[in-house]
Amino acid sequence: MFEYAPAPESRDVVDIKPSYGLFIDGEFVDGTGAPFKTINPATEEALAEVAAASQADVDRAVQAARKAFGVWSAMPGSERAKYLFRIARIIQERSRELAVLETLDNGKPIREARDVDLPLVAAHFFYYAGWADKLGYAGYGPDPKPLGVAGQVIPWNFPLLMLAWKIAPALACGNTVVLKPAETTPLTALLFAEICRQADLPPGVVNIVTGAGETGAAVVNHPDVNKVAFTGSTEVGRLIARSVAGSGKKVTLELGGKAANIVFDDAAIDQAVEGIVDGIFFNQGHVCCAGSRLLVQESIAEELLESLKRRLARLRLGDPMDKNTDIGAINSAEQLARVRELSDIGEAEGAERWSPACTLPERGFWFPPTVFTGVAQSHRIARDEVFGPVLAMLTFRTPAEAVEKANNTPYGLSAGVWTEKGSRILWMADRLRAGVVWANTFNKFDPTSPFGGYKESGYGREGGRHGLEAYLDV
Amino acid sequence: MSDTQAVRLAVRKTYKLYIGGAFPRSESGRSYVVTSSKGDFLANASKASRKDARDAVSAARKAFAGWSGATAYNRGQILYRIAEMLEGRRAQFVAELTEAGTRKAKDAGGIVDAAIDRLVWYAGWSDKIAAVAGAANPVAGPYLNISSPEPTGVVAVIAPDEPLLGLVSVIAPVIVTGNTCVVVASERAPLPSITLAEVLATSDLPGGVVNVLTGSVKEIAPWLAAHMDVNAIDLTGVAEEDLAIACEQAAAENLKRVLRPSAPDWSADPGTKRMTAFLETKTVWHPTGI
Amino acid sequence: MTTPLADVASSGATLRAFLHGLPGVDRVGADQRAKMLGTRSIKTTAKAEAIDLAIRMVDLTTLEGADTPGKVRAMCAKAAHPDPSDPSVPKVAAVCVYPDLVGLAVEALGGSGVKVASVATAFPSGRSSLEVKVADTALAVAAGADEIDMVIDRGAFLAGDYLKVYEEIVAIKAACGEAHLKVILETGELATYDNVRRASWLAMLAGGDFIKTSTGKVQPAATLPVTLIMLEAVRDFLAATGRKVGVKPAGGIRTTKDAIKMLVLVNETVGEGWLDPDWFRLGASTLLNDLLMQRQKMATGRYAGPDYFTLD
Repeated sequence: MFEYAPAPESRDVVDIKPSYGLFIDGEFVDGTGAPFKTINPATEEALAEVAAASQADVDRAVQAARKAFGVWSAMPGSERAKYLFRIARIIQERSRELAVLETLDNGKPIREARDVDLPLVAAHFFYYAGWADKLGYAGYGPDPKPLGVAGQVIPWNFPLLMLAWKIAPALACGNTVVLKPAETTPLTALLFAEICRQADLPPGVVNIVTGAGETGAAVVNHPDVNKVAFTGSTEVGRLIARSVAGSGKKVTLELGGKAANIVFDDAAIDQAVEGIVDGIFFNQGHVCCAGSRLLVQESIAEELLESLKRRLARLRLGDPMDKNTDIGAINSAEQLARVRELSDIGEAEGAERWSPACTLPERGFWFPPTVFTGVAQSHRIARDEVFGPVLAMLTFRTPAEAVEKANNTPYGLSAGVWTEKGSRILWMADRLRAGVVWANTFNKFDPTSPFGGYKESGYGREGGRHGLEAYLDV
Repeated sequence: MSDTQAVRLAVRKTYKLYIGGAFPRSESGRSYVVTSSKGDFLANASKASRKDARDAVSAARKAFAGWSGATAYNRGQILYRIAEMLEGRRAQFVAELTEAGTRKAKDAGGIVDAAIDRLVWYAGWSDKIAAVAGAANPVAGPYLNISSPEPTGVVAVIAPDEPLLGLVSVIAPVIVTGNTCVVVASERAPLPSITLAEVLATSDLPGGVVNVLTGSVKEIAPWLAAHMDVNAIDLTGVAEEDLAIACEQAAAENLKRVLRPSAPDWSADPGTKRMTAFLETKTVWHPTGI
Repeated sequence: MTTPLADVASSGATLRAFLHGLPGVDRVGADQRAKMLGTRSIKTTAKAEAIDLAIRMVDLTTLEGADTPGKVRAMCAKAAHPDPSDPSVPKVAAVCVYPDLVGLAVEALGGSGVKVASVATAFPSGRSSLEVKVADTALAVAAGADEIDMVIDRGAFLAGDYLKVYEEIVAIKAACGEAHLKVILETGELATYDNVRRASWLAMLAGGDFIKTSTGKVQPAATLPVTLIMLEAVRDFLAATGRKVGVKPAGGIRTTKDAIKMLVLVNETVGEGWLDPDWFRLGASTLLNDLLMQRQKMATGRYAGPDYFTLD
């Protein structure tokens, strides 16, 4: 057997400080909440102590953003563009450092942080930089205005990428921001704050307040915030929608999903298998648009399952810092408990559970790639978002049945279709009620491509020309 | 002819609801008195119940697949047909608006004309909105990537107290893109909405695409805002702040898209916002390779 | 034949129906998978093992119009002892020459254990009559070739005459006798991955012992995705028929990194069953010296220089 020797990425490229403050008005300041530790989920080692922003700290951040809004919104778009280009360049220059930090704090494989997250982060800033002086051509009138202060709350699955999705369009449109990174993954946002300083971004344009749910609520509910952008669970999205009701704040929500990945009998089978794997095991399945429901045409179900199992046996689970790792750590003990709970329920409900033979590290939070077969639409593993490396496999007989099952969910974020027949792809794409349809591919992202859901997967789009609307008073 | 001959008694119309292409009475059997602005009796309008609202949502959902699946050209033709039918009943609407005291006779004609023209304007959008709101996105890889607008689904519309122009201005942008709707008519002046329903019923518009309820906004709107099979809500006609907030909060339960504009000017250029508020953007990726 | 697919080639129509019934290949997806596997980082002990394995898999090749007895003798010497200063370096799998030089190579390699492979069948174009191709093969076999690397008739394949291609391979296989038959698909001329998959199955159905990407005379040659698709084909063919077929990428594999990427591809597509010179070969000429240089770097910790390795 060809065993790959350990190929660890060097940790020395990043200098993690023992403690971090909040980034308000261009300065790192102490928080008045109780500081918390952020840990490496692969080892449970504490990486740093991080300040927690209280309501008063959030208020200071919003005030700083309000003050900066005057300067920033009045600045010619061409100048704002140059700041964003500068930030994009610094991200490229420091991408190794950012990738390593992301992997340490999040648990995702370094290969993904390096090859997916970081290139997309830089590309997102490049893309929206170019819009800053072209907003009059975006289809929202000749001189669309920014909204003001944007309060943004982002999740832990793609910490820096979600920051880019929020901050780049907000700044390009002339807004200033107060952003709260997830409690378990604050470090790359704080390194981004340092990048803002390196770029000489005017103080107060970007403010980063770390903390847990209460800090997020303070950001969202602050009366001087004009715009709320949230990416996370549907449960929290619902709370936010309710709490801002009547405030007149513009809201965009990018929430959960339970995407169907539909494989027809005429699919390019080897690529479909890759797409299924990529769909649910990319980033340990911590992906809102993950293809967590595999719908296979019954006539090829057995054959496909066999291929899938063979492929899963090759997945390399382990040290996220190893360049050959495919599956990293689950982000937190809490998330691991949820994945375990739903998987146990899946088994209790009568679905058949399978995982390839793989040794889980002793420390840290780990869950093996898992496939459930014999799943019915009524099973909770076919309905609830697991947000982990757990695939539920169902079968269908006809294209109409595939569409019906795919749409039979309160979510509507994404879907996949695999068939070599072009007209069927278009027929399916027409009928799938989802914001993104990947045909003969899956989990592809691009700054030019709008992303966002139907139904309970949220509203508003991020990316592309469409992504500007969320940050303009139109 | 002698002077003593009795004046002919007019045959009055019974104002009912419009649900699924039919004109039922409220299942509750209730009605309420509609008066002119001077207080004169005009008619007994049906007072819709939550069950009527539920039935209307079912009818709208049932009609959604067919209406959203119709070609844009076909939807445009039907909206234009509605304008034609409205033009044919111009005098009737002028009379209704005048009797109700909504408008003076000399202004009512202009309002009806504006409503007809607005329908024609929206009819033309059916096969153009996708070109304006959609995009071919130049992604950095070997993929074709297309974003297109799609109707969000069933939209609850609380119509403003502007019985014809306002009503047409909130219905047309919702349905032209393929949504279906449940409209709660102006509570004070509901009669033109039922007459409009008669126009809709004779315009090749499939039953269920527009459903019209008359009655108490305060009673019905919260049920629609909370209904889990309604995808979006237009609160234009909710004047009371507390009711609007309650509806927004209820709408959060299934993340309805909410439109709550401030004091619309019905004579102004509507722009595309009323259409895009009820559109989803769907982005489709496909590899390009040999 | 009693294989489960015995009837497939009973007519042009059945053969066509079978080949066109194989699952399609999405080019972008295949490229992406190959690219991702190309990012595997093979270090230290794994790299040392991979280098020796790659050396043992090399078919050291010279296929020039200017080939002379001197050139072939020198190459054979190198094949048997790639690094005269280091006896721990394994010998390569085979040398690969034109048919007229087979006898000379057999003589030069006598007793070394390095096999002699010969291209045949009007290499590289394959544009001749079946009689000439059979004679070409017979010449090489008679001269002592252990392996025959034939080219398929790409013209017939692209014209849709799959049966002609099939029958030609069957005839050459018969002419090979005991010699192993490698079937060169010339994937650069087949253009699409669907064609690569179909040609792979066609070659295997007709009895080829190995499927080989390229002649080395056409670009692109042994790319990672093409090799991936051929590996998937041998994997699926084994599952369908129980017969195992080898794979040989050839052309354009110049560096140790290229070779290791190929081994990773084998490892993660078909597994260790193919990580053996009996089942996987690397057709190359300049690759060997790069493997030797990297091997020395691993052993000494210093970067090696080309002057310390023989140019044969």
